[in-house]
Amino acid sequence: MANTPISVTVDQVTYEDDVEPRTLLVQYLREQLGKTGTLIGCDTTNCGACTVHLDGQSVKSCTMFAVQADGHDVTTIEGLAQDGDLHPMQQAFHEKHALQCGFCTPGMIMQSIALLQENPNPTEQEVREGLEGNLCRCTGYQNIVAAVQAAAGAGSAAGTQSEEGAA
Amino acid sequence: MTVTEIGSARLRKEDQRLITGRTRYTDNMTLPGMLHIACVRSPFAHATITAIDVSEAKASPGVVSVLTGRDLADEQGSLPCAWPITEDQKAPPHPAVAVDHVAFAGEIVAVVVARTAAQARDAVELVDVDYDELPVVLGLEHALTDEVLAHPSLGTNKSATWVFDSAEAGTGTDVDQALAGSDVVVERTYTQQRLIPAFMEPRSTLVDPTGDQIVMWSATQVPHILRLMLAMTLGIPEGKVRVIAPDVGGGFGGKLQVTPEEVVTLLAARRIGKPVKLTETRSESLMAAHHGRAQLQRLKIGATKDGIVTGLSVDLLADMGAYLGLVTPGVPVLGAFMFNSIYKFPAYRFSTTNLFTNKTWTDAYRGAGRPEATFGIERLMDDLAAELGMDPLELREKNWIKHEEFPFTTVAGLEYDTGNYEAATAKALELFGYDELRAEQKQRRDAGDRVQLGIGISTFTEMCGLAPSRVLGSLNYGAGGWEHATVRMLPTGSVEVVTGASAHGQGHETAFSQIVADRLGIPFDNIEVLHGDTASSHKGLDTYGSRSLVVGGMAIVAAADKVIEKAKAVAAHMMEANPDDVEFAAGNFTVKGTDASVNIAETALAVFAAHDLPDGMEPSLDSDATFDPENFNYPHGTHLAAMEVDTETGEVTLRKYVCVDDIGNVVNPLIVEGQIHGGLVQGIAQALFEEAVHDDAGTLVSGSFVDYLVPSAADLPSFITDRTETPATTNALGVKGVGEAGTIASTPAIVNGVIDAVRHLGVEDILMPCSPHRVWTAINNAGKGGLAAKGGGAEAAVPETTSPEQAASGSNSSGSLPTGDVQ
Repeated sequence: MANTPISVTVDQVTYEDDVEPRTLLVQYLREQLGKTGTLIGCDTTNCGACTVHLDGQSVKSCTMFAVQADGHDVTTIEGLAQDGDLHPMQQAFHEKHALQCGFCTPGMIMQSIALLQENPNPTEQEVREGLEGNLCRCTGYQNIVAAVQAAAGAGSAAGTQSEEGAA
Repeated sequence: MTVTEIGSARLRKEDQRLITGRTRYTDNMTLPGMLHIACVRSPFAHATITAIDVSEAKASPGVVSVLTGRDLADEQGSLPCAWPITEDQKAPPHPAVAVDHVAFAGEIVAVVVARTAAQARDAVELVDVDYDELPVVLGLEHALTDEVLAHPSLGTNKSATWVFDSAEAGTGTDVDQALAGSDVVVERTYTQQRLIPAFMEPRSTLVDPTGDQIVMWSATQVPHILRLMLAMTLGIPEGKVRVIAPDVGGGFGGKLQVTPEEVVTLLAARRIGKPVKLTETRSESLMAAHHGRAQLQRLKIGATKDGIVTGLSVDLLADMGAYLGLVTPGVPVLGAFMFNSIYKFPAYRFSTTNLFTNKTWTDAYRGAGRPEATFGIERLMDDLAAELGMDPLELREKNWIKHEEFPFTTVAGLEYDTGNYEAATAKALELFGYDELRAEQKQRRDAGDRVQLGIGISTFTEMCGLAPSRVLGSLNYGAGGWEHATVRMLPTGSVEVVTGASAHGQGHETAFSQIVADRLGIPFDNIEVLHGDTASSHKGLDTYGSRSLVVGGMAIVAAADKVIEKAKAVAAHMMEANPDDVEFAAGNFTVKGTDASVNIAETALAVFAAHDLPDGMEPSLDSDATFDPENFNYPHGTHLAAMEVDTETGEVTLRKYVCVDDIGNVVNPLIVEGQIHGGLVQGIAQALFEEAVHDDAGTLVSGSFVDYLVPSAADLPSFITDRTETPATTNALGVKGVGEAGTIASTPAIVNGVIDAVRHLGVEDILMPCSPHRVWTAINNAGKGGLAAKGGGAEAAVPETTSPEQAASGSNSSGSLPTGDVQ
């Protein structure tokens, strides 16, 4: 099948590429752009390890084709820290020991940021439900929930720190 | 300079790369000219392969090679099992790629090597395999009959039977006599369902054959064991193989293996002469990475009418699956030492019959034998308490080892060094509000509330720090249990610590840095921990069995102490003092009675320059040490769960969970708490959510995360965790293992709580996972009076699945199977 040209901005850099129409966004990110910070944990859209932001909204990048991202703005875990400063959510995950093996972490952080953008002051239960689509096998989630609430408590920064495309 | 690193909640060093996406998971890596493997896997659980046509696949775009078992038969050898538990243990050959017989659904029958992963997958669809299906054996009691054989060539499904008898061992009396003389005997059959470790990172292996050494990167817990086994089974000189475990995304025992995928990737890369990578899909991982648990536990316990246990008899049927993996046969044997748990049982007999079935092979999964044993005894103590009309906690107190009785040699022959079950239990009861919850429970029962409350108790211990090499030798394990470390002083005064332990989420870099910082008086940030590469860490036995800190950490301590000894001689020389007068504290060497002082960094620089060293001294402070533990260590704890059961829907809610664990001294409380949280959830998941379910053809039905229910954040509450600290006396740090504690303890706490909520309705057992359907069915069948029979074994609820193993175990264990509910 003929390749399709796309133009996608990823972590503030715009790429012009030809992709197979069946290429998933996550495959494009990892294999063509070398954005291996975004990980693949399943093949059924259950685990959320591949979560990125598309125009500021969280999406599972295994669940859309690269061609669907044409003309859109993608932020991955690699694009969060600005000028060497961690995003407040990254900092909160570090401080609350919200990760162990780290494999779910990129998706978990991206989803947590999106969660706070929708609900800046969630209850514990709201955090838990907001992360329902992201699986972690190490932490038991308790410290992840604590990190999200800490980031929320740290002020509006975590939820509203500007992201390209989110403004 | 800080000397109080041990015990401080240091934030983890390893986080920075993990939270920013700068990770080195195996699948993230690409080498020039790298090719990709995709696997053709058997859709049948049992079949002979009559023909394989690869011509169309070979012609597919991008395909470089297609390899079948026959192509590899002369070089692939047999995958290793390092633990033959008996002299006459039977095992089928275990090729990486099946040659003419497949024994479980998911077994590799061919591999396609192509230029891209997508091209490889495309061509997998074009490999045409002809199978002749064979009858399958799936359930344990069916396997025991040998009516259908998982491996016809073996002539039996029985791999081995391993027995421990306290009368024969001289550690106790004869259990049959003890039971015969008991006032009460409770006999039960419990099922440990089959679980899937389900680490988040699917397994991935990359092999580069282009250099003098073959280099393998793999998502493994055991790079050193893997290297050794590749050399031994494939006949490659050990020095010509280097294995690297880069960032590894969880393991839980599931990556304690030498896998077909690793072997076939190496063989393909060697043949083709190019780097080759194999990354499994999640579906492949659930189907073909080893499973865990899968036991039928036939138990008898006797007691006096006052609740003093007289004896325990354990008769296991353990599901090996289709093959023996690295430590498969030894997993139930580890349980042999733990069924007696924290109790002073005078008589004990344990037997396991290891059976082959046509399912994915089983092997270590978090706890490996100990969760199964703890579940068995803690469920049984509750059932015995119910039989005696006694509070389950009171029964436990009457039988557990008192704190003043340590050290205590158990009926299973282990010497427990320390413990304080009273203190942990008292703290847990207080945090839990036990008396108040018991009062509420009574109130709800009396009122006949729709939602009933149950209190689940689990008092546990475990053996950690695998393992004293002499003990492993006595159990016929193929290796020792030591760990190795090197501490290297760099000229600038910073330190490199090399460990043979291999982290995959545990936080070794942080915890080991804390230990060395305290020992050497070097700042935490000036310490680098190297691991997971057989080139830099040439010697080790890797990470499993809660051993990294208690064995690996002790090797680091020993190596650091050797560094200090060497540096002391240098410091004395520099200060023109007698070494006997030199003292070391907080990184500084001082001469008694003077203000002369040299710090350890200065000695490192002096040794690097080597201009003026004591006569005969080699210019190096670097030191190696290998630590072999004299004994295991024995964490323990008391876990309490308040479970609410909706008697109309069968829905179970975990309302409150309190655990007080005693893991001795704590190096990093933050990491410890994280290990407990994660461990709890894996145990709770067994109790409430997870099961590897097969259909009657042996196909894994729960083959994706849609069906295999790894719990999400929304399925769980927060936990109340606390500790008592009774230092271990079996190592100088006073530490005990913590990685498996939560998983071992929590499963029986949850199930005991569920049963406790509905026992007054006549329910005595519910198969795990305690799904709403199973709970509802148990309540309703009990209400019909069909399950109230005493002494006839477990009254198992009917599983909602058509899992033959579950159905078989249910029918055979209860003798009073409720009818009409099997879907």
